[in-house]
Amino acid sequence: MLNFIGTVAGRPRSRRWLAAAAGLAFGLAASVPARAEDTIKVGILHSLSGTMAISETTLKDVMLMLIDQQNKKGGLLGKKLEPVVVDPASNWPLFAEKARELISKDHVAVVFGCWTSVSRKSVLPVFKELNNILFYPVQYEGEESERNVFYTGAAPNQQAIPAVDYLMSAEGGSVKRWVLEGTDYVYPRTTNKILEAYLKQKGVKDEDIMINYTPFGFSDWQTEVSKIKAFGSAGKKTAVVSTINGDANVPFYKELGNQGIKATDIPVVAFSVGEEELAGLDTKPLVGHLAAWNYFESIRTPANLAFIKEWHAFIKNPKRTTNDPMEAHYIGFNMWVKAVEKVGSTDPDKVIDALPGTQAPNLTGGVATLLPNHHITKPVYIGEIRPDGQFDVVWKTKGLVPGAAWSPYLPGSKDLVADWVKLKCGNFNKVTQKCGGA
Amino acid sequence: MCFRRAWLVALLFALGFALSGTSAEAASLDEALAHFTADDFSETVEGINEVAAGGSPRAEIILRALQNDQLMFSAERKAVYIMDDAGKLTDAASGRPVVGAAPADLDNVRINNRLRGAIEAVLGGLTLLASDPGARFAAAQAVFKSRAAGTLPTLETAIAKEQDPRVKRALMEARAAVILSVADAKDEDKLAAVDIIRQRGDQDALGLLSSLPAGTSPRVMKAASAAIAAVNNRLIVWSVVQNAWYGISLGSVLLLAAIGLAITFGVMGVINMAHGEMVMLGAYVTFVVQEAIRTKNPELFDYSLAIAIPLSFLVAGGIGMLIERCLIRFLYGRPLETLLATWGLSLILQQAVRTLFGPNNREVGNPSWMSGAFDLGGITVTYNRLWIICFALAVFAALLALLRFTRFGLEMRAVTQNRAMAASMGIRTSRVDALTFGLGSGIAGMAGVALSQIDNVSPNLGQGYIVDSFMVVVFGGVGNLWGTLVGSFVLGIANKFLEPYAGAVLGKIAILVLIILFIQKRPRGLFALKGRAVEA
Repeated sequence: MLNFIGTVAGRPRSRRWLAAAAGLAFGLAASVPARAEDTIKVGILHSLSGTMAISETTLKDVMLMLIDQQNKKGGLLGKKLEPVVVDPASNWPLFAEKARELISKDHVAVVFGCWTSVSRKSVLPVFKELNNILFYPVQYEGEESERNVFYTGAAPNQQAIPAVDYLMSAEGGSVKRWVLEGTDYVYPRTTNKILEAYLKQKGVKDEDIMINYTPFGFSDWQTEVSKIKAFGSAGKKTAVVSTINGDANVPFYKELGNQGIKATDIPVVAFSVGEEELAGLDTKPLVGHLAAWNYFESIRTPANLAFIKEWHAFIKNPKRTTNDPMEAHYIGFNMWVKAVEKVGSTDPDKVIDALPGTQAPNLTGGVATLLPNHHITKPVYIGEIRPDGQFDVVWKTKGLVPGAAWSPYLPGSKDLVADWVKLKCGNFNKVTQKCGGA
Repeated sequence: MCFRRAWLVALLFALGFALSGTSAEAASLDEALAHFTADDFSETVEGINEVAAGGSPRAEIILRALQNDQLMFSAERKAVYIMDDAGKLTDAASGRPVVGAAPADLDNVRINNRLRGAIEAVLGGLTLLASDPGARFAAAQAVFKSRAAGTLPTLETAIAKEQDPRVKRALMEARAAVILSVADAKDEDKLAAVDIIRQRGDQDALGLLSSLPAGTSPRVMKAASAAIAAVNNRLIVWSVVQNAWYGISLGSVLLLAAIGLAITFGVMGVINMAHGEMVMLGAYVTFVVQEAIRTKNPELFDYSLAIAIPLSFLVAGGIGMLIERCLIRFLYGRPLETLLATWGLSLILQQAVRTLFGPNNREVGNPSWMSGAFDLGGITVTYNRLWIICFALAVFAALLALLRFTRFGLEMRAVTQNRAMAASMGIRTSRVDALTFGLGSGIAGMAGVALSQIDNVSPNLGQGYIVDSFMVVVFGGVGNLWGTLVGSFVLGIANKFLEPYAGAVLGKIAILVLIILFIQKRPRGLFALKGRAVEA
């Protein structure tokens, strides 16, 4: 962390000097026409190379599609939208550099981007310093609410907690014993901390919870899976809550299938496995394992069917799947468009103030509202893997769940609230009545 | 637990019905099937139980169709159909083909995990007396899991009739499981049951013994806890065997990944950071081969790996030779530049593959002979790991034979040991260099075929193995193939014995620290080369 702050803070000095020189030269050259820019620039900050390219490339494509559609509808405020795509190459410090480039060089009005929490954390200071807007589309661990960031993915109470509730119910199998299996980084560790506290509050004993972490890209799951198998044979219904990230999932599920662990014995509910991840996998042995999301491609609503059709036409490949973060970008983009239209300007301060309360339809038949804590309301679905790699929705929440920035189950955050409308604070402490955390 | 008991009661009820009389059978089947048209999980459970209880000869067919997602319903016509693989509809109740157009609102009867469990249990009860021993065995196992009390009379009949010792054993175990979960069974019967379960001695037995229902007499409880201790002791012994097996399996993967590097780095001394990408290319060759087979002749699928192995050797080997000719030969003796150049090359290759095939994982299927597992005593041996171990050893043996018995092997050893002398003997050293590098790359490509079976086929595949490969070669001793063999298995087994205690993350760190310490003590690795070659 320290290391990276060093690189970000260390860079501007030389950069600024260069920028100043460039600006001077530019100013001289452009001083005569001085015409207004005739496009609104939208920054897209997703990795197109490196490890995260697998997930993030699709999001870049969906943003291009949304911008293209908006332009066909006549653009925004009478101007065309112009996408500016940069490639931070799955390199966390490079995310900050590219964000700075988007804002100060390309003068984008808004940025849609980031996938991993570490990349989001790395661009945060840039967005604060240069006062711009970031829409972050991925489910994450919560415990954050920033003025410049809008979180259109799920907070833990919109994914992890409902999933556990489902498994505890009779319909989900009345699970009594829990394996929390995750990749070793901030999202799984925080989520598992929240889940552990939640389970204990529900009366689950210490010996009925097993927590395991594996490195990124882990591929030899033999020991872990047999550990799960042994843990599951204590005579109580057992389930695995998986926060395993990205590539490590495929070998994990392969090993489950090979060792004959069926969903009817030990179901696995995953928070990072979507249609995209299953596309590289023979899903027949996985039928019945679960995933919790706020969107599934298989949900049949007119909005979703239309979206999938447009997506296939845009990407020119009828086999490409859609997934949850894509829906998040769809909602986020539409909210931003509405807010800009409302204030008649792309000025970040005005748009940030206008965004809370903005509503935009989601793809599953509901209407998402942007809350004062910069999170949105979402339905929660539990899907079971089908033989064709899609999900069958077996459970959903009754209404939309409002995203909570701070978890009530963690000692450090249970007194905190985020409210950028009335309190103008992302971490207001209810006990001390002060802004600034615990 | 609450739900399990509830449907146990339901099943008991249902089976009670079945035994009490089979009147109005056809009508009851129709009524039972009507539950499937509600598109509601609770209704479907009722339907499953009623279909099973109705005693209709169609029950098994209907439930199997439901299990395989082939049972369809039309809410409009209130009718249930079975759709076969070819898409043809038959009426579920009568088995007659449907004439005329299919209903417009045809949809799958949806099931979830709870229903899958219920179907398995019910089917187990229904097929205990099947004519096929495999079906009876599966049925016995399903009953062992479901412990449905209603199956007891059928189990007794089945055990009395059974000839096959394996199936008989499974049936006895199923009966023991049922007896232990029935509250009013006699203590003598329960003690006998505990004994049978103890002999089964696996994790399922442990699960059963540690979840006896409340109200079991103290005598049985005592016997059960003694049995649990016995089973646990047995499992501890087996877990050591299992760790060793996992270690060998991991070792074989390390060996495969490192063996090509043992040639390019170990023998030639080229620090080849693009080695992992050769592995990745091999995996993509497998993907392309499988894709071609899928579209041209799907029946060849089981041979796809046999086709992919030589092809990937040629492709990766060819690219390796190209790299050697165009890049590496200019950098001999300059390790830092080689490192940087090959590192850049690896990025280029990754991005090239990403542009060509897309950033997503590509699906590489397991041929049927590489899927699944079998039980060997107390451990589960998966076929894909077993074959990979065999393959790794075969590649190693072939490589040794090549170096030992062929003219090319002789030239290669000569060149690496003393280039000047070899050249003056008339060996074209530059050609040997290219071929050697091609050989190392080709072997990496073959490793990619094997790794495509257990890992993701994505542009990043190689990155995951490059560090491990260098670790193995350095640990085993640079320039020594036997060192690579021993090194990979030692590292694999050590890793797998550490992992259950330290966890995967700490285990890996511990291994790295141990290697660093080891290298401090023996800088040349396990099997150091001796003699003049070392100084060269």
